[in-house]
Amino acid sequence: MELTKEEQSALNGEKGDALQTAYRILVATGEATNAEKLIPINWAHLSGVNYNTIGDAGEEFLRKLSKDAKVKVKATVNPMGFDFDHISEFNHIEEDFIAKQKSIRDSYIRMGVEPTFSCTPYDIYDLPKQGTQVSFAESNAAIFANSLGNLKTNKESAFSALASALTGKSPYSDLRKDDIITPMTIRMAIDNPNELDFGMLGFFAGKVGDTSVNISGVSQPNRRSCKALCGGMGTSGTCAKFQFVDSEDEESEKIAFGKEEMNEVYDELNTAEKGDLITLGSPQLGLEELSDLSKMLKGKSFQKRCMIFCSRAVQEQARNLDYTNEIKRAGGEILSDCCTCLTPLIDTNETDAVTTNSIKGAYYLKNSTGVDVNLKPLSKIIEDETR
Amino acid sequence: MTKIIVPGRASGIVLKTTNPINFLGAVDKKTGVIHDQKYDIYKKSIQNTVLVFPHGVGSSVGAYTIYSLKSNNVAPVAMICKKADLTVASGCALADIPMIVLCDEEFNTIENGQQIQIDTESDKILN
Repeated sequence: MELTKEEQSALNGEKGDALQTAYRILVATGEATNAEKLIPINWAHLSGVNYNTIGDAGEEFLRKLSKDAKVKVKATVNPMGFDFDHISEFNHIEEDFIAKQKSIRDSYIRMGVEPTFSCTPYDIYDLPKQGTQVSFAESNAAIFANSLGNLKTNKESAFSALASALTGKSPYSDLRKDDIITPMTIRMAIDNPNELDFGMLGFFAGKVGDTSVNISGVSQPNRRSCKALCGGMGTSGTCAKFQFVDSEDEESEKIAFGKEEMNEVYDELNTAEKGDLITLGSPQLGLEELSDLSKMLKGKSFQKRCMIFCSRAVQEQARNLDYTNEIKRAGGEILSDCCTCLTPLIDTNETDAVTTNSIKGAYYLKNSTGVDVNLKPLSKIIEDETR
Repeated sequence: MTKIIVPGRASGIVLKTTNPINFLGAVDKKTGVIHDQKYDIYKKSIQNTVLVFPHGVGSSVGAYTIYSLKSNNVAPVAMICKKADLTVASGCALADIPMIVLCDEEFNTIENGQQIQIDTESDKILN
């Protein structure tokens, strides 16, 4: 990869340790993606905020880095482990976890990020104009940006997005170019698919697809289904982009996603008949989803604990529009700055299984939190779990 | 063709897997042991090995796992892949773990348990 004189001198350490680290990361990721140069980006979304995922080494790294590092472009950040406003309601969370999480939060804020603590930056901000180069690490957000947001990003890693935030640059990799080759078309062969089916389609597509896939047989899924598709796809593989197509390209390899393929995903992730509690939100719910939920809950109440995750910005908007009152009245607990994935809020001493409609959530509940999962679409959750 | 992603020098015993590795989900960052039973190197430690695997998959935060492994002194001394991905490349760059990418043919000749030397400055990178 070719570097400008200025980039080379930063790599040599002439502009301080933080930028040297950032350029070392950019050079490695540039080599990894066969990029010939670095190009400017104008928004970075960072992962690596939850203490559960980055641990002591990550906490210490960010604490040291933030002593003199500052972000150069707009930077937003992923969810933390929990919602500081509600932490006193969760007695099982250890003091050490709370202290380390606070340190991580403060390090990011010191570097100048916007404290969004959300995996759905596309639900919080208006997206920049078509074709804008960004660097999104959160996989569902990267896939959403490339596939539905008309933006361009690699499926960045936590460090490559951080390096982009500190330098305002990213390798000019294939995903950033206009002529991406998409050698595979997946046909959605499930009738009237709900958001859970779209999540499973995404999980399947992530496994079989390479960098980009076409999806046929789908007409205008709603936002909940689109987000589920992005979440599922980001969880299982390296695929960073999809496009809905009307007809199948003669040239591309064709694969059907039918009952058999869907059952295989379902059997991999669904391991319980019912859950001890319900979680909604991975990705975190947007305003439209909270509006739907408040309507579905009219006159009903949850019969067990239901945690509902959305960003703080979306929660404020929902409060102003009066959606949150109905949800809270029905017994829903609305939590911000965190989400289903890797949250310590779920007490594994008291919880054996969780009911959710999220494929991404299911994967991490099972593999990281270590609980069983009961998968159901939202409509079925409301039907079975409320009165 | 051998491609250098993160330069450096290292030598160690090869631990090879046919599974793409999800660092966040499958590797214990404190011990370096693979704790996902779906892997053919389940229960093996990657500490001080030359870790040979097709490529990384899964969460973008896996880069922090690689950095944590190094901080906890349980990281591989080098990594060799068939395909470079951003998570492994950036994790190795920050943790200063040499990483190279080999073509299928060369990748296939590397055997589990073999002693291997990597020197990205040398004419012959692999020995």
